[in-house]
Amino acid sequence: MINISEVSETNEMIEKENLDVRTITMGISLFDCIDTDLKALNEKIYNKIHESAKDLVKTGEEISKEFGIPIVNKRISVTPIALIGASACKTPSDFVTIAKTLDRAAKDVGINFLGGYSALVSKGMTTADKLLIESIPEALSSTDVVCSSVNVGSTKTGINMDAVRLLGDIILETANKTKDTDSSGCTKLVIFCNAPDDNPFMAGAFHGVTEADRIINVGVSGPGVVKTALEKVRGENFEVLCETIKKTAFKVTRVGQLVAKEASERLGVPFGIVDLSLAPTPAIGDSVADILHEIGVEHAGAPGTTAALALLNDQVKKGGAMASSYVGGLSGAFIPVSEDQGMINAVNAGALTLEKLEAMTCVCSVGLDMIAIPGDTKATTLAGIIADEMAIGMINQKTTAVRLIPVIGKTVGDTVDFGGLLGFGPIMPVNKFDCAAFVDRGGRIPAPIHSFKN
Amino acid sequence: MNKIIITVVGKDTVGIIAKVCTYLADNDVNILDISQTIVSGYFNMMMIVDVSGSKVAFNDLSDSLENIGNDIGVVVKCQREEIFDSMHRI
Repeated sequence: MINISEVSETNEMIEKENLDVRTITMGISLFDCIDTDLKALNEKIYNKIHESAKDLVKTGEEISKEFGIPIVNKRISVTPIALIGASACKTPSDFVTIAKTLDRAAKDVGINFLGGYSALVSKGMTTADKLLIESIPEALSSTDVVCSSVNVGSTKTGINMDAVRLLGDIILETANKTKDTDSSGCTKLVIFCNAPDDNPFMAGAFHGVTEADRIINVGVSGPGVVKTALEKVRGENFEVLCETIKKTAFKVTRVGQLVAKEASERLGVPFGIVDLSLAPTPAIGDSVADILHEIGVEHAGAPGTTAALALLNDQVKKGGAMASSYVGGLSGAFIPVSEDQGMINAVNAGALTLEKLEAMTCVCSVGLDMIAIPGDTKATTLAGIIADEMAIGMINQKTTAVRLIPVIGKTVGDTVDFGGLLGFGPIMPVNKFDCAAFVDRGGRIPAPIHSFKN
Repeated sequence: MNKIIITVVGKDTVGIIAKVCTYLADNDVNILDISQTIVSGYFNMMMIVDVSGSKVAFNDLSDSLENIGNDIGVVVKCQREEIFDSMHRI
């Protein structure tokens, strides 16, 4: 039988160390909504989302109360809209009408983010893909909760440099259209290489084409729990360190598995995966940088940081894999800047640069995330940064992503505040040297030799 | 059997267990196990109860116990046992 110390341990994780279920995300396929008539398409999309997710928030709240664990977000991911809108949308504005429908449906069912305003263009772009990408600035500036992502590369296909180049412009345009709110539109746009089909976390969530009609994916978090566990093994060797992270990740993932199963049963929707990601928030004690500090580096960015992050990411995956048979999504450690107080401190202390962050993305679970940069950064430079990050993902057979915010009207020395979970932070300097001749070449970078495994 | 873990945390005072137990008895909730400690004046109790025969639903039970806790200045929390089982048992 459960004893009092086990009960106290769990409740301390929840009450003092910010253990929570970060999100229950319902994936919804919109393939059966496809129509050549735009009005009919929008209507079908609204109805499918509303019908599928009308009980999502209520169910999440019930589970939260019964188990005594916060379930912070309830969200929805949908099939990439470039596919769904292809036969009805003839202009970027046609796609924007779908974005507005998604926004309305999301608000009506009470969720706080909906992902899937997306295109999968890792090898090439269809006309619809291109129209959707061109519509992103308008879509993100005229909606509140819709998130967009574009997969521009994979280990199997190489990198679509035409899309990378185009997205340099799109990010800047999105920044300009939302300049009144510190270019916050860019916080809802992620560029991916090797994007997973079942990621429950925003802004990069979409419901992959290989998925069932509806699915429940759950994202668990808990940087504070890992940090507290590590405080107890200060000075111990790497074996003890790794064992501690693994055991903690196991416990956290088991909670996610429990919540996912329960949500799946109550909603009558199959369970997909648990994504165990150490996803920081700006709250004190909810920081991945603090874990790196506890492992032994003075600030995130100091020499040793990449190795510390590599072992953290790997042990989190190992503990998670033991706890659930269906671990998926991004599972690992996120290293966003503005969403993590420890990262912000590291930037302010001069310990963390964009280049070091790029190195860290080789071993973290995602990529360059939530980094505010000067608003006068050139589109070609943005494309160059994206290309670098995509290359890391392609060659290392891992997911990488870019979520940069060129803040219009601000430069190094200024700070931005996106509010809430998105956090705040200093503007980070970007390498000033030019790469236009490289990104303007056009075409695609071929898949690497190790992709030919047939 | 349908088990719930009730935890009570707060400043030690007369009659905490009595009040919680009276409510449980009135509502046909069977107590399976009680353990308690007092750490530097703070009362820490855990009860495992079976609610299979309970007259009230989980939400009402949880809210009523929370209110009883508020009246005597302690925090009372009800959680289904599975969260602890899944975290601490393989």
